[in-house]
Amino acid sequence: MTTASGTYTPKPGAAPLPRMIAAQAALETRMLLRNGEQLLLTVVIPTLLLVLFSSVDIVDTGKGEAVDFLTPGVLALAVMSTAFTGQAIATGFERRYGVLKRLASSPLPRWGLMAAKTASVLVTEILQVILLTVIAFALGWSPHGNPFAVLLLLVLGTAAFSGLGLLMAGTLKAEATLAAANLVFLLLLVGGGVVVPLEKFGPAGQHVLGLLPISALSDGLRDVLRHGAGVPWGDLGILAVWAVLGLAAAGKFFRWE
Amino acid sequence: MRSEPVVQVQALVKRYGTKTAVSGLDLAARAGVTAVLGPNGAGKTTTVETCEGYRKPDSGTVRVLGLDPVRQSAELRPRIGVMLQSGGVYSGARADEMLRHVAKLHAHPLDVDALIERLGLGSCGRTSYRRLSGGQQQRLALAMAVVGRPELVFLDEPTAGLDPQARRATWDLVRDLRADGVSVILTTHYMEEAEQLADDVAIIDGGRVIAQGSPEELCKGGAENTLRFTGRPGLDVASLLKALPADCTAAELTPGAYRVAGKVNPQLLATVTSWCAQHGVMPDRISVEQHTLEDVFLEITGKELRS
Repeated sequence: MTTASGTYTPKPGAAPLPRMIAAQAALETRMLLRNGEQLLLTVVIPTLLLVLFSSVDIVDTGKGEAVDFLTPGVLALAVMSTAFTGQAIATGFERRYGVLKRLASSPLPRWGLMAAKTASVLVTEILQVILLTVIAFALGWSPHGNPFAVLLLLVLGTAAFSGLGLLMAGTLKAEATLAAANLVFLLLLVGGGVVVPLEKFGPAGQHVLGLLPISALSDGLRDVLRHGAGVPWGDLGILAVWAVLGLAAAGKFFRWE
Repeated sequence: MRSEPVVQVQALVKRYGTKTAVSGLDLAARAGVTAVLGPNGAGKTTTVETCEGYRKPDSGTVRVLGLDPVRQSAELRPRIGVMLQSGGVYSGARADEMLRHVAKLHAHPLDVDALIERLGLGSCGRTSYRRLSGGQQQRLALAMAVVGRPELVFLDEPTAGLDPQARRATWDLVRDLRADGVSVILTTHYMEEAEQLADDVAIIDGGRVIAQGSPEELCKGGAENTLRFTGRPGLDVASLLKALPADCTAAELTPGAYRVAGKVNPQLLATVTSWCAQHGVMPDRISVEQHTLEDVFLEITGKELRS
């Protein structure tokens, strides 16, 4: 081989792995923040619910300040909107439009793509938590409890919702994912202890609904932030089971194209 | 440019459910440009996607740059560039944004701005991918395939649906890649594209390679060539036929339009014109038709339309 050097003379090589993952995570985050429907889901709806239900007495949130009941629920909703709904819809369409396929032949390994997706979800959640926390404080929120327990709940909640979101995105058609993810978002918003206390569904309903990941997350966050409870092991346990089941099923059934 | 094959496919079989897409396909592509030509459903995309590591062979072996595309994918992926038949870009991404992103996944990417300029993608501006024209989407996909400075590029129907200028731009880039030592495997429906670009052509039909060679070899072999001329209607074709070599045919297609088919060479041309001279015929519009790859293709794959 001669060493003639033209514009296109081959010089292949993968970029360093951390750089690839960082670039991928940055791109995915930009795509999410640019998408109007996604912003509606992840920013506008949680913010509106927090402001509206704190200031207008629409739902009976029980004893105490409404904002102290609502903020943990809305934080749980924010996690679900990003890790589950948003990620499912985005990934479903990436699969449909061959983005996942094209990236699969790039130097970025598949696990690197998944790591980038997770990083992008976490960055979005951090932005959401900052925004909602500031608004909640402005509405007179007075949180309690151990920040470490809150962090643990948010991380396990993210894992549980990501597994379920990716399972949906990797098995259903993009349109079906779009419809189903929005429907699930709405149902869990109502029946997951986000703005409506679970007690309203009767003892049996409360028991069953309490096993949902959104209920475990909102209940756990409320125990800590409102009542200053220690580590809510029961809720963490429920989230851990969902996370293991969801991620394992997604790993097994996810189809890249 | 003789060297080890960049792609070596042996006895490849790939089924989807009960449908066999590729049945015992052998293909060896050397450095340079190889065109994989075939009708819809012939197995072109399946073959290429097996080389890219997307599909696992049901049987047979595939080696790309000496590597197994499935088991040695991590090693192979940085060395190849892939242009899918369609899609592959975030619907909300801008062209330059996506191209810069793919460049970041590589250690020594091309100058992105120069590539954007070269492929006329500068006019895409801040338009998102889903709002780009089909031609712009195609050129972006091509740019994404080459930006990582790969050794081998796979282009799946790179000019399908492009206007003539965009097609020329794509052809020019493929020629430059070849000149700089990048190997290219491209699938195409367009015979002209294969004739223009390829060092080697493999014609695929029914999941097998049914002919392979340089465009010249393929055009020479097999197919007969044709000599046509016009003259007075009603010439004595039987007499003409007697003057011709045994393996030729002659016919009056429409009154005054004559066709001679056979091995067309200077000798044959001289025979026809001297027969005309003897019979006082002025052969107007005498023409010799070289077979194009298209004739070869239709002859080998059959002329019926396929679904």
